[in-house]
Parts: sequence; C-alpha cells; structure tokens
Amino acid sequence: MRANALWSVVAAVLLIAVPWIIGGEFYINMASQVLIYALFALSINMMLGFGGMVSLGHAGYLGLAGYALILLVINGFDQLSAAVLALVFSTAMAGLFGALSLRAPGLGFIMITLALGQIVWGIAYRANNLTGGDNGIRLPARPAPFGIDISSAPRFYWFSLAILAVAFFFIWRFSRSPFGASLKGARDQPRRMSMLGHNVWLIRWLTFVMAGFWGSVASLLFVYYNLFLSPHALGLQQSAEILLMAILGGATSLTGPIVGAAIITLIKNVVSTYVERWNTLLGMTFVLVIVFMPYGLVPGCQTLWRKITTRSKPAATKPIEIKASADSSSGGCS
Amino acid sequence: MQWQFWIIQTLNSVAFGGLLFLLSSGFSLIFGLMRIPNLAHGAFFMLGAYFGYSLLARGGNFWLVALVAGLGVGLIGIALERLVLRQIAGNEQGQVLVTLGVSFIIADICLLAWTGDPMPLPAPQELRRPLLFAGYAFPTYRLVVLVIALVAAVGLYLLMERTRIGAMIRAGVDDMEMARGVGIPVSRLFTMVFLLGSSLAGIGGVLGGPILNAYPGLDADMLPLALIVVILGGAGSLLGAFVGSFAVGFLYNFGIALAPDLAYFVLFLPMVLVLVFLPQGLFGRVQL
Repeated sequence: MRANALWSVVAAVLLIAVPWIIGGEFYINMASQVLIYALFALSINMMLGFGGMVSLGHAGYLGLAGYALILLVINGFDQLSAAVLALVFSTAMAGLFGALSLRAPGLGFIMITLALGQIVWGIAYRANNLTGGDNGIRLPARPAPFGIDISSAPRFYWFSLAILAVAFFFIWRFSRSPFGASLKGARDQPRRMSMLGHNVWLIRWLTFVMAGFWGSVASLLFVYYNLFLSPHALGLQQSAEILLMAILGGATSLTGPIVGAAIITLIKNVVSTYVERWNTLLGMTFVLVIVFMPYGLVPGCQTLWRKITTRSKPAATKPIEIKASADSSSGGCS
Repeated sequence: MQWQFWIIQTLNSVAFGGLLFLLSSGFSLIFGLMRIPNLAHGAFFMLGAYFGYSLLARGGNFWLVALVAGLGVGLIGIALERLVLRQIAGNEQGQVLVTLGVSFIIADICLLAWTGDPMPLPAPQELRRPLLFAGYAFPTYRLVVLVIALVAAVGLYLLMERTRIGAMIRAGVDDMEMARGVGIPVSRLFTMVFLLGSSLAGIGGVLGGPILNAYPGLDADMLPLALIVVILGGAGSLLGAFVGSFAVGFLYNFGIALAPDLAYFVLFLPMVLVLVFLPQGLFGRVQL
C-alpha cells in the first residue's frame, strides 16, 4: 500500500510537470486532449467496468451538454451559470435515457443507447436553426474560473488535470464504496442481489446518471478546448472510440481507461498525420482487442508482471493469483 | 396539388418502409436466433448499394445485379460469422463490439474504393416513367420496391412458418438449449440465418440505391433506423419487423417532409412509448 501511495505521488508530480517536460504548444494540447478523453473513458467505465453495461451512446452527452452550454453562452448567460445549467440539463437527460435504456437488461441496452445517441446526433444535424447543422457553432471564449485565465495551452492543461483529478478521486471512492460493491454485485449476480433486498434497477440507474454527469463534465471540457461543436463530434464513431479506450486499457481497472485514452488519442493524432485510414485501424483495433485481449492492457500487464515476479516462487503462485484478480478489479492506484 | 403531395409522400413512406423491412427483417432474425445485434448490418446495406453501383456501371441487368450484389454481401456476412464471431462464441458482448469494428472497416474500405462522392444508382429504364392513373402521377419504381418488399415478406413468412428450416429457426429462437438437445444443427442455422439476413440487407441496398443513392454515411443513417424498427416491433419476430418498418418509414418520411428539423425527434417519441409500456416491443418473441 505504501508503495502504491509513493507511485501515486510520483505520477501526480509527473502529470503536473507535463507542460514543462514536453514543451511545445502542439504537444501540450495533445496532452489536454488525452485528459479530456480520459475523463470520457473513466465516466463510461463506471457503467462498463463496475456495472457491466455497454453503452454506445456516450457521445450523446457531448451533444446535450455541449450545445446547451454554447447556446446559453451565446444567449447572454455568464459562463458559470451556463456551465451549471448545461450540466443540470444533460444529467437530467441522462436520467431519462437511463430509465429508457434499462428497460432492456441485456444486449438490448447496447441497441437502445446506440439509438438514443444517434437520435441526439440526428437532431443536432437536422436542427439547423438551433445548432447550425453540419457547420456547427462556436463558443465565443473559454471561461475564466475564479478569475484565472485558462486561454493558454499549459493553463488549459492544468485546468483539465484539476477537473480530471476531482473526477478520478470521486470515481475511485465510488468504486470502493458500498454502492460500488453493490453495483458489482448487480453486474455478477443480479438475481441474488434482488433476493438480498437490493434494488438492482435503481443501482444501475444511479450509475447511469453518475456516468452521464461525468460524461457531461468531459463534454464541457471538450467544448472549452475546441471552442466549437459540430455533429461530427457526437456520432457513433466518437461513442465507439470512447468505449474502445475503456476496453483497451482494461475496464476492470481504475487506471485502465486513462491508459486506453492516452494510447488511442496518441495513435489517432499520429496516424492521421500520415495516413487517412484511421477508421480501418480503429475497426481492426476493436476486433483484435476483443478477440485477443478481452480484459485490456492494464489488467493483462498486471497479470503478466505478477507472473514474472513470482516465477521464482512457484509454490506461492496460486494464492497470489487469486489476490491479483481481486486487486485488479478494485483498481491498482497509479 | 395538395393531394399529389400526400400521395407522393405516402408512396415514398411505404417504399422506404419496404426498404427498411429488407434491412431489419434479417437484423431481427439474427438477433432473435443468436441474441446479438449485428451492428454491421447498416454497413452491409451500404455495401450492397456500392456493389450495385459498380455492377450497374458495367452494364448489368438491374434485377440480376440486385441478386448478385445481395449474394456477395451474404458471403461477407458468412465470413463475419464463421471467421470472426465463432472465435469468441459465448462472449455476446464481445461479438456485438466486433460487429461494430467490422462496420467501421467496411465503411472505410467503401470510402477508399468508391470515394466520398454520392453515387446515384440508375433505376431500371422501364420503371423511370411515372405511372399515370386517374389524373395523378405515381412514381413507378417506388411502387415496384414496395411490391418486392411485400413479396419478400410473404416469402419469409412461408419460409419461417411452412418449412422445416423455418421450424428449426423458430425452435432456436424460442429455446436454443432444447433445440440443440433434440438434434437441430444450430451451428449451421447460425450461418444460414447470417447468409439470409446479410443478403437481404445487400439486396435492400441495391433496391434503395435509386432512391437514396450510395454515399459514405449511408450505413450510419440506416443502422439506427433498423434498431428503432426492432425496438418498436420486437426482436426475433417477422411481423414485428414488418409493422415496425412501415411505422418508421412513415414517421421518418413525413417527419422529413413536414418538420425537417425534428425528423429524428419524431422517431424518439414512439420509441419512448413502446419502451415504457411494452419493453419487448409490439410483437417481440425474445427479450431485448
């Protein structure tokens, strides 16, 4: 545990120092993108990793919170109340979408979230008068929280990092809380959980709403970063990328989605400067990860690491192996 | 003039509903039997349209082209089922995500092969002239598409209800374990249903070509409509796919014609109502 705490401090210091380490506005902006997508992936993973609910409509929150924010700011609201109202609106819609999606407990959940996400996309695409349609709309300026200017690249990076840290702390507490435990119970043994008197539907719905809230927070960051929103940003592809980040990194671990977000964002930025076939690569990654690495990179590497470190003591392999899986499901803190 | 508008829009709606039926009946059957929503189904539809475009550009007969393109898409469907989905049998969640990955690959290859411009498919020469009846003009091609969809619906009904294979598929939908137990070759049924479903989607793509054109993004436009059809009508049921297709065809088409800004919102409302009051859909055989 003490080693874990040490590693957390080192990781935090490194993350804060990123703008000085890498320099160059282009790379700092890329790091900010990683943070924003990390928040998206963390939020979708509240449902996926702890609740076993696969959502393909997560980019819908970009539409709900993003357009709400921009429209409120354009219509004269100040930045703070616009952000709060956008979050309230988007989270309330998450409540509605959750209630609808959870009508189907199994794979229908994927279908309904996909359909809902595409309906948000379709409305954003069609409602020209409101959203500017295909051309998108601009946010006039970034906000200045507590009077601090965040228009420069490093400052925006630290702003995103602060938000991500708050979210990470919340989601870490969430996964360790009795509620998180009951969510895992609802994932693995829904019938037994009902027998024990837990309201499985309510547990799932609350998780859906919380994931929606953090997804909306990430959406605000996304809009603050780009200062622009068009329907292209909230299509099925965006939802799929966010989901892939969580799966690739490892949905059962807490840090997995962050690693996945970093890898996918970097690959996407690097690859799209050289080749145009990003979608093929995305699809191939999807297929390969699910066929060959269903538990993702982080848990996979943890298992591998433990195998290497315990090879000298074969007698102790079995108990450690069991502990390892328990560890990775509650998340090794980085 | 006013009457002409309503007639045209109604015909457009039923023709679009027919296309949706070709798309979603296969989707619904696959979901009913294998319990996975095949998210590559929209891409199959688009691939059918592009195959049709290329074959027609080489001077093929329209109806023959539709069959060949449909069969080609069907073979790709078999490849997806045999080579990819089989690898992760039992992991339904993974299978769904793999079909999504495959749909991205297909869409990107289409973009590479047929560029980003919309490709219009020419309707057969003899059907381009509008049909004049009682002083009103009817678009002939759309009427023919509707007739084909109805014929396909009857054919599928007979296949499902009156043949041995249909009985086996129904048994698999209702109780997979039992079907295996009494010696039904469920594994071969999977492949067959995949062939049938993706061929229908491919044929739908060719038939839809002259109405919708083949363009990048056609897959993402059609897939949610197929999902909504199945959510409305209920999974695994032909009747559900039939009723759902025409309902969505009408709603979507009239939505676009009368309130283009809200065309998608119009679809949202019935979906909410059905999910709240009939979570299995109108005629669902299996739990979503």
